[in-house]
Amino acid sequence: MSTASTATASDDRVRTRSAASTFFGMPAVGALIGAAVLVALFLAVAPAFRSVGNIGTILYSASTIGIMAVFVALLMIGGEFDLSTGVAVTTAGLTAAHSAWYFNLNVWVGVLISLLFALAIGAFNGWLLHVTKLPSFLVTLGTYFVFWGANLAMTRIVTGGVSSNSISDMEGFNSAHAVFASEFSIGSVNIKIPIIYWILLTVAVSYLLLRTKYGNWILAAGGDSAAARAVGVPVVATKIALFMGTGFAAWLLGMHTLFEYNTLQSGTGPGYEFIYIIAAVIGGCLLTGGYGSIVGASIGALIYGMAVLGISYAGWDVDWLRTFLGVMLIAAVLINNYVRKRADA
Amino acid sequence: MTTATATGTRLLELDEVGKSYGNVHALRGVNISVSPGEVTCVLGDNGAGKSTLIKIIAGLHQHTEGVVRMDGEEIRFNSPREAQAKGIATVYQDLALAPLMSVWRNFFLGNEMKKGFGLDIDAMKRISGEELQKMGIVIPDLDRPVGALSGGQRQCIAIARAIYFGARVVILDEPTAALGVKQSGVVLKYVTKMRDSGLGVIFITHNPHHAYMVGNHFVILKLGRLVLDAHRDEITLDQLTAEMAGGQELAELSHELRASEADGTADAAAADAVEAEVDHSLFQRGHGATSVEEHKE
Repeated sequence: MSTASTATASDDRVRTRSAASTFFGMPAVGALIGAAVLVALFLAVAPAFRSVGNIGTILYSASTIGIMAVFVALLMIGGEFDLSTGVAVTTAGLTAAHSAWYFNLNVWVGVLISLLFALAIGAFNGWLLHVTKLPSFLVTLGTYFVFWGANLAMTRIVTGGVSSNSISDMEGFNSAHAVFASEFSIGSVNIKIPIIYWILLTVAVSYLLLRTKYGNWILAAGGDSAAARAVGVPVVATKIALFMGTGFAAWLLGMHTLFEYNTLQSGTGPGYEFIYIIAAVIGGCLLTGGYGSIVGASIGALIYGMAVLGISYAGWDVDWLRTFLGVMLIAAVLINNYVRKRADA
Repeated sequence: MTTATATGTRLLELDEVGKSYGNVHALRGVNISVSPGEVTCVLGDNGAGKSTLIKIIAGLHQHTEGVVRMDGEEIRFNSPREAQAKGIATVYQDLALAPLMSVWRNFFLGNEMKKGFGLDIDAMKRISGEELQKMGIVIPDLDRPVGALSGGQRQCIAIARAIYFGARVVILDEPTAALGVKQSGVVLKYVTKMRDSGLGVIFITHNPHHAYMVGNHFVILKLGRLVLDAHRDEITLDQLTAEMAGGQELAELSHELRASEADGTADAAAADAVEAEVDHSLFQRGHGATSVEEHKE
């Protein structure tokens, strides 16, 4: 520490970091490098990867992970986990489908009920975490299994089977389909609407994190919740809001899946929660909270999208996808750690 | 009590304040008053109840007995935010800084400056830089995470933050405990600066030398009770030091009493209570960083 006199002007004391150091100090740098390597690899080995038309397919695959990964990353930066996200997507879709079909309501009413329910699940997760003081890993592992079972059981009760009844002939379906599952083309690139939502959410949530006081609160709640509370940050409310964020993302993805396919399989969802977390971690989120990047999580989702399609375009067996993701996860984390150490030095 | 000082008006007043956790009385019947332009030193050994006392004033815990008054009005803080709104700023032992966040984000945490929808980052960087420079602390890069700074620098960020946000009462929780001689000097200089600018300062320490250098009024806590309450004219440094040392002997004595098999049940109960309290407070100190979380409402 320095106790030099304060006479010196401030400007020549504040040394700015070099541009390279700033770049490599970003949480998302490992994901960026990983994405670049992946693009180069698949451009070399997979001819179909080079076709412009496939950009839309890759982005679509990335967006179905990215919409959730953005909120999962925000939650992880806030210091918590949510394992119930994969199942919650299905729960949100089934809630809309069953409530609309069973009570013969306008589809939009089902969509609204689903939104309220998804937000309530998030709030419940956050509240339970606060009341029990248990780790969020445990609390959401519990709700994960609760909703996994409920998805199967409720669907059996309502439809007698394992998939929701088709709602495509119901009132309001067409407009809801237009909102959640429409598509359009730019040249030869087919753009499905979730891609737009994904990009908008990435920008909005990234702004929230880095440029608003709520972002400051999230960083502090994850970095040191006791310190945050001591200086007046409403930590409990912040964390409940973060869980409601993942609830919202589950609803949006659930609505897309429902209106894309008209029905939903009640057993789908489990397994995806880890892919969202992998995307967030590849994007630079620390498991311990307080550090990470929303753009990084979206790049992580893009890596997933490229891997899914790149592997099949290259003619490899798609069974290797998960192996590939595991390797990517560890490699990206190692790159993140290495680069951050070098940038800090 | 000898609170009739020249400055007169009392900013903050604790009247018979106590706090119990279950059947452990961490604090009993404490009377303290803080006046503007005065440094009230709270001394006490580990486990005397100092941390509990400041957590009550800072709004982290609620007292279970007695009355807290500010400007003569009875108050009760349900959260640190409420205490801050009344002008009570606390610089905690663990400093309440998030290690991975940058200097300027930490400085304005909970008091962010807004510009339109977003944050006024340029202004926040400029002000935090200026305020730290006023304290003689130069941090070349305000985007640096706080965790990468030295203990003295972190202490100064926490103090500068408390002063900047218009505090009327500043509580310093053992600000010199983890510092070297020179850095302690800087902090003590700041304590007198705050005093001279009319703030009421509560300076928690277990170092009587540091306390005597800056204090106007001294209070010694021992096992959750006030055992000394004296103005500067009424006590010498030697007396203060001696009073502090007495506490340790008492704790040892009660351990001995218990070991030599006390016959009266009352004695045994008393020794138990003392031990429970010491254990509880040691736990609090040992896990300084987590204790706030432990008791979070």
